[in-house]
Formats: sequence, C-alpha cells, structure tokens
Amino acid sequence: MTEFLQPIHAFGNDTFGVLWPVVWNLACIMIVVGPMLGAVAYLTYVERRVIAFMHVRVGPNRVGPIGLLQPIADAVKLMFKETLIPIHSRPMIFLIGPILTMGPALLAWAVIPFQPEMVIADLNIGVLYVLAISSIGAYGVLMGGWASNTRYSLLGGIRSSAQMISYEVSMGFTIIPVVMLSGSLNLSTIVEAQKNMWFVIPLFPMFVVYFISVVAETNRAPFDLPEAESELVSGFMTEYSALTYGMFFLGEYANMILVSALGSVLFLGGWLPPIAALDFIPGILWLAIKMSFLLFVFLWIRATFPRYRYDQLMRLGWKVFLPLSLFWIFVTGSAIHLLNLL
Amino acid sequence: MLGVKFKEILDSLFLKELVSGMAITLRYMFKPKITIQYPEERTPTSPRFRGVHVLRKYEDGEERCVACKLCEAICPAQAIYIEIDETSRAEKRLTKVYDIDLFKCIYCGLCEEACPVEAIVMGPYLDVAFENREDRFYHKDKMLTNGDKWKPVVDARLQADAKYR
Ligand code: SF4
Ligand code: SF4
Repeated sequence: MTEFLQPIHAFGNDTFGVLWPVVWNLACIMIVVGPMLGAVAYLTYVERRVIAFMHVRVGPNRVGPIGLLQPIADAVKLMFKETLIPIHSRPMIFLIGPILTMGPALLAWAVIPFQPEMVIADLNIGVLYVLAISSIGAYGVLMGGWASNTRYSLLGGIRSSAQMISYEVSMGFTIIPVVMLSGSLNLSTIVEAQKNMWFVIPLFPMFVVYFISVVAETNRAPFDLPEAESELVSGFMTEYSALTYGMFFLGEYANMILVSALGSVLFLGGWLPPIAALDFIPGILWLAIKMSFLLFVFLWIRATFPRYRYDQLMRLGWKVFLPLSLFWIFVTGSAIHLLNLL
Repeated sequence: MLGVKFKEILDSLFLKELVSGMAITLRYMFKPKITIQYPEERTPTSPRFRGVHVLRKYEDGEERCVACKLCEAICPAQAIYIEIDETSRAEKRLTKVYDIDLFKCIYCGLCEEACPVEAIVMGPYLDVAFENREDRFYHKDKMLTNGDKWKPVVDARLQADAKYR
C-alpha cells in the first residue's frame, strides 16, 4: 500500500504544494462516498429482489436487464417530483432534518478501515467517533418531526428518537467487551487484535445483541416503527415528499451499510480472512464479503418477521439487551482478569 | 413441569423460533417463482370471462350488428351510444357511431345477452389501461378490429357456452 501511494504523494506535493493534504483528503472522501452512494442505490434493488425471492415473487425485472436500472429510474422519479413544504413549518429545520439523517451515515466512514492503512482518518478514538456521529441521526428524525407542524409527525419523531436512543445504549454496551478484549478504541487495532480469533467467537451473544440493536437503530423491519406505513402513515416523515423523503431512506440504507461495516470490523475480523491461507485475496474484498453477508441478514430478517409493538420494542431494549450486555461485560472482565489475557 | 419451563427459557435464549422462521424464508428463496409476467403471460380465464367488448362479423365479412339499439337500451350504466347510419337500407341497417365508454361500463354482459344477432360479445381480455382520457371510448372500428383479431378465442368462447344459453 505504502509503495503504491508513494509516487502519488510525490506527484501531488509537486503539483499542489502545501495544499496537497487537503486535495488528497478530498480525493479520499470522494473515493469512499461515491461508491457508497452507488451501494445505497443498489442496496434498494437487492433488497427488493431478495425479499421478492423469499416471497416466491420475482421482484423488479422490467427496467434494464433483470431490472438492474431500477434504482436509476427510481432516483430520476424522486428527483423530478415536487418537494412540498407544509405551511407554518420551519422550512430550514424541515430541510435540515433529512440531511442530518443522511450526513452522519456518510461521515462515520472516515474511520472505517478497509484494509491495513486504507482508512481516511486513523483516529485513536475511532469507536467513540462512530458512536458520537451516528447518534446525531436521532436529531434529524426529531427535527423532521418537529418542523413539520403536525402533531402526528411530532409524536412520531419523539417515538422514533426514543427508539434510536434506547438501542444506541445497548449497542454501545455491546461494543465495550470488544474494546476490553482488544485494549484499544482504534478500529484498525481492533481488527489486528482479531488475528488469532474473531471476536464473534468469544462474544457471540454480544454479536447477536449488537446486530439486533443496530436493526432497531437503523429503523429496519421488524423494528421499523418510525415508519410503520400501514398503521401510522410514516410517522415523523408524513409531511415529506420527493427528495427530502428519499433522503431519509438514503440515510436508512447508508446506515445499514455503515453498521454492517462496523459489525464486520468489530466482530468479524474486518479485512482478515477466516484462515491465513486465504491471505492472497485482498482484505477489502473480505470486508465486502462480510458486509454483504450482514446486509443480506438485514433483508432476510425483514422478509421473515412481523413488526414489533412499541412497548415490546422498549422492553426488549431496556429489560433484555441492557442487562444482558452489562452481564457480558462483567463476564468478559472476569475472564480477562482470571486468564491474564492482557 | 420444571423441565418444560427450562426448555422454554433455553429456546428463547437461543432464539430458536427466530432461527427456524428464518430457515423457512431461506428455503423459500430458492423455490420456483410463481409470479405471472402479466402482459406476456396470462392466467387462464373461464369461457364466461367478460373482458372488453368486441363487435363480430359474419364469415363473409359483413357486419352483424343491425343497429337495433337493444344493447343501448338494456345497458344499466348507459355506457353504449349508437347512431344509426341514415344512408343504410332497410334490409340491413348499420350503425354510424357505436361507442362504448369503458369508464362507465360495469362489464355486466347484459349487452351481449340482449343482442339478437350476437354482434356484440364480451372479449377475452380486460386490458383497459389508457395513456389518454379519450382512449376510453371504444369506437366501432376498434371493436370490429378487435373482433377480427380475437376471432378464434371469441368463437371458442361462444361455442363453449352455447349450450347454456
Ligand atoms: S357490459 Fe353492461 S355496462 Fe357494459 S356496455 Fe354492456 S350492458 Fe353496458
Ligand atoms: S350490437 Fe346487437 S343489440 Fe346492439 S344494436 Fe347491434 S344488433 Fe342491436
């Protein structure tokens, strides 16, 4: 990696001088964000196909070969619709809401390591950064609900942010054992610490809790209560239309991809192959495979389970996951102490 | 008693029901798909299926309809509008205008029942999607063309149902 980047840095330093670090970082961001948006678009396609297959249907197959151009058609349609802003709403806040949902999902990619040394910002507090950034999403939901000037949207917004906050708590707690085992908050170091054994093996219950929590936190079925089209008419985003509505969904899908990446890095060994013999396959591909698997599980869950009731959702979060993860932190701590692991 | 309780706890701890549910959906993912690709593939229909109307002709190409207006009179939705061709002779009156408003039509088939010469018959298809509001009027020539085009199907349909009439 370093040898490969050397000439590029040399060339950049010659051409841009002191501005090179800025240009280089912008380029990195483009390299990450561009494919991300493509992945978000095609995740919607894959979702519709996979769920259709599980329902013994065929899903979108009309636009382009096997329906591959469907996301583009959807995007064009969304863009050419009218963005309605309700009267007596707060237009600025109304428009910032979707951006705040979408933005953090892209921001957090700054610290996700794709491969050794392939990371935009190798922060030592990567885990904290991700947790901090991803919780901003709740503001987007709340602002969207509040600024719509509708009681129902406001209630929907409050419900949704309550859900997101509750599950962020249990998600945060599931990450603590990982941090304890690896002794670092740096995501690259966490991956390196899994050289001998992926954390999913000693921390399997935590992995399950993590996964269910992020399903709830990204508002995916069976926890898609914020949206709940049938009984609540889309909750906090009732008043949104066209691109602003689309942004909420782009945010949701971007968040799905993000938490899959995070789950792969924290529990499934990130860029590490399952056995050392498979080292010749580039790490970024391993990460992609693990992420795809987790994303598939997201879709799989959506095709399988009916929606939760709100009180069941809260009970699961606070009365099951929270004690369970606290207990597992205790178990991990004891194990580390007794076995002298660190 | 205690064993049952313990088993229940174990089952919920290991998410047994969730896993078996997911196994089912995964299995169904690889089953053959039952979707019918509508405009190209169609479900079989009964001979009594009442699709959009066609006007039939005799074997020699002569129009069957004798402009008796019985269909117009019986139509409960008043969807049919007929104007008689004044220039046609008494031994064979013809219609000048024969319109059916498909938005009004309720596909009851009474026009078909009323017709003395089996000129108007309900067709085999119900493809009523238009890009333009005016297209909802099925004019005489369109129904005659449809009648020619779908002749084998329409005839077979009448044949199959003939003994009950
Ligand atoms: S099917 Fe019924 S409603 Fe339609 S045109 Fe014939 S008589 Fe009228
Ligand atoms: S379609 Fe039949 S019922 Fe109607 S006017 Fe013609 S002959 Fe008479």
